[in-house]
Amino acid sequence: MLCDECGQRKATVHLTQIINGKKTERHLCAHCAQRHEHEFFFEPQFSIHNLLAGLLEGWQPPAGTVQDLRCSRCGLRYREFARTGLLGCSHCYDDFRQQLEPVLRRIQGQVRHGGKVPSRAGSRVQLGRQLEQLRARLREAVAREEYEEAARLRDQIRQLEQRVRAGEGWAGTAGPGAPPGGPGSAPPGTAPGR
Amino acid sequence: MTANPGVQRVRWMEGGGPAADLVLSSRIRLARNLEDYPFPTLLGPEQGQEIIRLMEGVTEHLSAAGLGRFTLLRMADLSPLDRRVLVEQHLISPQHARNAATGAVILNDDRSISIMVNEEDHLRIQCLLGGLQLHEAWAVATRVDDVIEAHVRYAFDDERGYLTTCPTNLGTGIRASVMVHLPGLVLARQAGRLLSQLGKVGMVVRGLYGEGTEALGNVFQVSNQITLGPSEEELIDNLIGFTRQLLDQERSARERLYRENEDGVKDRVMRAYGLLTNAWTISSEEAIRLLSDLRLGIDLNVLSHVRPEVFNELIVLTRPACLQKLAGKELDARERDLLRARLIRERIAAALRKTTQ
Ligand SMILES: [Zn+2]
Ligand SMILES: [Zn+2]
Repeated sequence: MLCDECGQRKATVHLTQIINGKKTERHLCAHCAQRHEHEFFFEPQFSIHNLLAGLLEGWQPPAGTVQDLRCSRCGLRYREFARTGLLGCSHCYDDFRQQLEPVLRRIQGQVRHGGKVPSRAGSRVQLGRQLEQLRARLREAVAREEYEEAARLRDQIRQLEQRVRAGEGWAGTAGPGAPPGGPGSAPPGTAPGR
Repeated sequence: MTANPGVQRVRWMEGGGPAADLVLSSRIRLARNLEDYPFPTLLGPEQGQEIIRLMEGVTEHLSAAGLGRFTLLRMADLSPLDRRVLVEQHLISPQHARNAATGAVILNDDRSISIMVNEEDHLRIQCLLGGLQLHEAWAVATRVDDVIEAHVRYAFDDERGYLTTCPTNLGTGIRASVMVHLPGLVLARQAGRLLSQLGKVGMVVRGLYGEGTEALGNVFQVSNQITLGPSEEELIDNLIGFTRQLLDQERSARERLYRENEDGVKDRVMRAYGLLTNAWTISSEEAIRLLSDLRLGIDLNVLSHVRPEVFNELIVLTRPACLQKLAGKELDARERDLLRARLIRERIAAALRKTTQ
């Protein structure tokens, strides 16, 4: 077998990646492998990019509409993102929201962050999460016909909602707080369920 | 303990930590971006320098946080060789080494923490420890993250989490990975099947293959693929769960191998030992292959007189840039093969356990 890269020498180094059960192979001669050595030695991000590029390739938006879409802040074209898999700024996530949603679902499965929150945004996000949990428990309590528990939960929810309305957690203690209703704060009830 | 002349002490290479016989290192990497700048894809040189200066200020706060002394190094100030050494030690990525215009890295003194500045994301916070210590590495990385966050404004969205240049890192921005040594599974010809199963459940597995079907050094890297949805702890627990299964399989493969063909295993190990301790010139690929056999022999107690960490150390030190750093000059391929062989002979001799007492 000849080298994938120079097509001249015999391939002696065989790189195999398995991503989501899909196998890709590269065959290189010792000479070319030496040049690429760093790239494929323990570099996971390289393969993950390939995965994304593959996904974007297979997902062709209707011509004319999305092709010329640009981020209003950084000017990145959607076409360019589809080619590289890389966005230009944080605002791209808003301007390409519709296009990104199905891609995110395919890569990530879920589309709602459930992890760490920077302390600046912390109390606001935590109140929101707490509310969500209480509402879920309220629904369960009602379903089980445990009305005393349901009433208790309802009061807790009201209290929390008041705190949210009072603007707690927006300014916080750390520096200039995020403005209320900043980018990406979707109106209640539009959150994708899953 | 072992000083590497010419090469900085790197904690993960010293081995140690839980399950260190099979897990060489555990890595947590967090991708973070600053709100007020375009992502590095569109970042101009001046803006890039601005971010570096901003991070230079943060470096002092990091040193004050009790995680060691931190130093910021600009790629432009490092020689190409020094950059490649950092790549071989897994402290920066190859593409970062090429970014002389806006690239920088912040390192602590034992190199367990590295922060790439202006790589694919503005910040890539990495904690690298020996053995299976993902939770420990996460605890360190998240502390570093907190210190930085007190001084900069991250691009963060309530629903999507930390906003990253590539959507494959969105949410937690976390990539947890373990580097595992699986010679038993490779010898039993089960590695391919097992690893492709891992791939189906949201893990990414990589290995560098040498001649034929054998993974070079039998070293694989397993990492999480999903970053959005679950919490960091859940993602880490998940990876640890899969790693443990993999380790169990590796241990039973080794046992079976040894039970069914003790002479074959011993012969393989002793031949590797013989070559490594006597070879006058040796290629990088042959060295890694033989070192894997040596380590298997140490783990199976065939070579009980050799300390196991020599494997971790040598698979990095025998790579081209590290060798040249040790030599203190550029070397051609022939010179590297000579030096590699000498280094291996010396290091194995130094790794013999003292038999007095
Ligand atoms: Zn070639
Ligand atoms: Zn943008």
